[in-house]
Amino acid sequence: MSKGERHTDNSGSASPDGAQRGRAVAAKGARGSGPPEPDFVQLLNPDGVRVTHPDYEVDFTDEELRGLYRDLVIVRKLDTEATALQRQGELGIWASLLGQEAAQVGSGRALRPQDMAFPTYREHGVLYCRGIDPIMPLGLFRGVDQGGWDPNEFKFNMYTIVIGAQTLHATGYAMGVAKDGKVGGDDGEAVIAYFGDGASSQGDVNEAFVWASVFNAPVVFFCQNNQYAISEPLERQTRVPLFRRASGFGFPGLRVDGNDVLACYAVTRAALDHARHGQGPFLIEAYTYRMGAHTTSDDPSRYRIASEVEAWQAKDPIKRLRRLLEREGYADDAFFGAIEDEAAREATSLRERVLSMPDPQPLELFDNVYPGGSPLLDAEKESFARYLDSFVPAGGGH
Amino acid sequence: METLTLGKSLNLGLRKALEADPKVLIMGEDVGKLGGVFRITDGLQKDFGEERVIDTPLAESGIVGTAIGLAIRGYRPVCEIQFDGFVFPAYDQIVSQVAKMHYRSRGKLRLPIVIRIPYGGGIGAVEHHSESPEAYFAHTAGLKVVTCASPTDAYFMIQQAIAIDDPVIFFEPKRRYWEKSDVDTSLPLAEADPLFASRVVRPGTDATVIAYGPMVRTAMDAATAAAGDGRELEVVDLRSLSPMDLDPVYESVRRTGRLVVVHEAAGNNGLGAEIAARVTEHCFYSLEAPVLRVTGFDTPYPPSRLEEEYLPDLDRILDAVDRSFGW
Repeated sequence: MSKGERHTDNSGSASPDGAQRGRAVAAKGARGSGPPEPDFVQLLNPDGVRVTHPDYEVDFTDEELRGLYRDLVIVRKLDTEATALQRQGELGIWASLLGQEAAQVGSGRALRPQDMAFPTYREHGVLYCRGIDPIMPLGLFRGVDQGGWDPNEFKFNMYTIVIGAQTLHATGYAMGVAKDGKVGGDDGEAVIAYFGDGASSQGDVNEAFVWASVFNAPVVFFCQNNQYAISEPLERQTRVPLFRRASGFGFPGLRVDGNDVLACYAVTRAALDHARHGQGPFLIEAYTYRMGAHTTSDDPSRYRIASEVEAWQAKDPIKRLRRLLEREGYADDAFFGAIEDEAAREATSLRERVLSMPDPQPLELFDNVYPGGSPLLDAEKESFARYLDSFVPAGGGH
Repeated sequence: METLTLGKSLNLGLRKALEADPKVLIMGEDVGKLGGVFRITDGLQKDFGEERVIDTPLAESGIVGTAIGLAIRGYRPVCEIQFDGFVFPAYDQIVSQVAKMHYRSRGKLRLPIVIRIPYGGGIGAVEHHSESPEAYFAHTAGLKVVTCASPTDAYFMIQQAIAIDDPVIFFEPKRRYWEKSDVDTSLPLAEADPLFASRVVRPGTDATVIAYGPMVRTAMDAATAAAGDGRELEVVDLRSLSPMDLDPVYESVRRTGRLVVVHEAAGNNGLGAEIAARVTEHCFYSLEAPVLRVTGFDTPYPPSRLEEEYLPDLDRILDAVDRSFGW
């Protein structure tokens, strides 16, 4: 289990040495000496070697480690399948999470059942960890619905496409958790708001930080800094490491290796516990990389170079966990083969179910605009139904 | 029966709503100790506590955005936007989030949020304090938009808006906050006029005038003046701007053959245009003249020393009635 007391005790700002290191990072960047070497919480390095951190630790059993590996592989496989479905014209668009599996599985598995998550449109891995059928978001991207799962049933809000808007929803929800008296103990509820480096520039995100801070809301802001907002690099969003933004709002923030599922888990679990115990908000910057395009409509070759992508491939979140499992003898080839087979079966199932998704019926477009209905819509629906009925059925002989 | 100002009626209505349902919250800028810049929430924080009547940071998107989260959690937030011209920072949250979540979730998620907006001019204010932005919201599917014109409506409509699960934009005619009339506060909420219904507030036979919010009083004054000239105007208070309840208007226009629509908001692409189109469609053979509009001009809201020229008044309404008869 993670500890994290130092951070939870330090409610006013990021840890002093964290801030100091942050300055060093910024200074390096300013000298133009290449990309700053990120300083972050890491528990598993790219070579698959466990490293220690003074504040954060995990004590997973080998079975739990295999479980995390399974999650990562399946999440990636489903994502790859969705990209393929888009390429074959079965989805209108797809926002791939490729490269961000550890950030999503690590944070997603750190959520307790009572915790509530507010995703962007890329949190397929978190959605998977919440136990939601991975078919659910594909309706949105296929255009047969707008992602209409019940947020309260799964403790996972609908995807939010307007950048950053959901951070305020998460904060308001967290204020409600506090009003309900559900903070202050181990069984307290915490809320997590996902967003990205681009969203950090949005007014809504900054307003969410203000609200969360002054109301001491039990919310964890989980920023997946994947280095790009479509084409715009991080430098266009910020001059300071994003995690340091928290200190100006009066709550702790830290950076974690976003490609390290163990560190993401440990840090998120600690931050959620910090929130659920009534100690207020927390900002996590998961330092990761969007290995693919922003969406299937994007062409990253126009704005970034291959060597950069290759450098990040060496930090792949799945490879490093596999190396650990292999080195420690926690898993054998039979296990890895079985996981590959399971992932392939899940992907095949996903594909089959996407292809058989029924198109919505024309008159459904009028449904659910208002809980209380609307005479205007009733009239429009009736009129449109008459119009549709006015067409001669196929084979009608005219 | 009590004699109440429109503002006090809202205050009492909010109090009743807070009493009726512990999930009702009030949130906004200065709504707590101060009781709001117009004192509409006066005394509510004192009686219901800071957990339910919440002074928020000064950011409108934050007010509405956090209200959404509270609503997902099961609360019923009533947001106060301090002035009409300050709603725009919250516009994305209202239009892209509040309005659409029920639809996107296929009915699984309800956001019973009321957003109160004092609106309209006539109080000598500086810019951004006198606007009539109702058309922006009435144009948005998923929002219901209402406005009150009398203390009785203020008292009941605010309670009705809070009680239903539809998101409601509740426009309050700020220059009428201090106007008084008798309110029967003993009447059960269920027996009040329906929230989304228009109402004939003065029967007449010669021409129909439809108005809402602050312009209802102006239209009534015009009708009184017209009666002195021997013309009986029927005045309809629209009350609900989305959806609009136009059946009483159609019925009226079929009798009178003439319609003048009055609103403070600019005319171009305003609610008057929608009303004119629908009345034309439904009452084409009854119309003796085109539907005429009396509205604010298509300028930004002017400096307050010009607002008497900008705002529709009794004479401009009577002028439009004359033009209708002279067609």
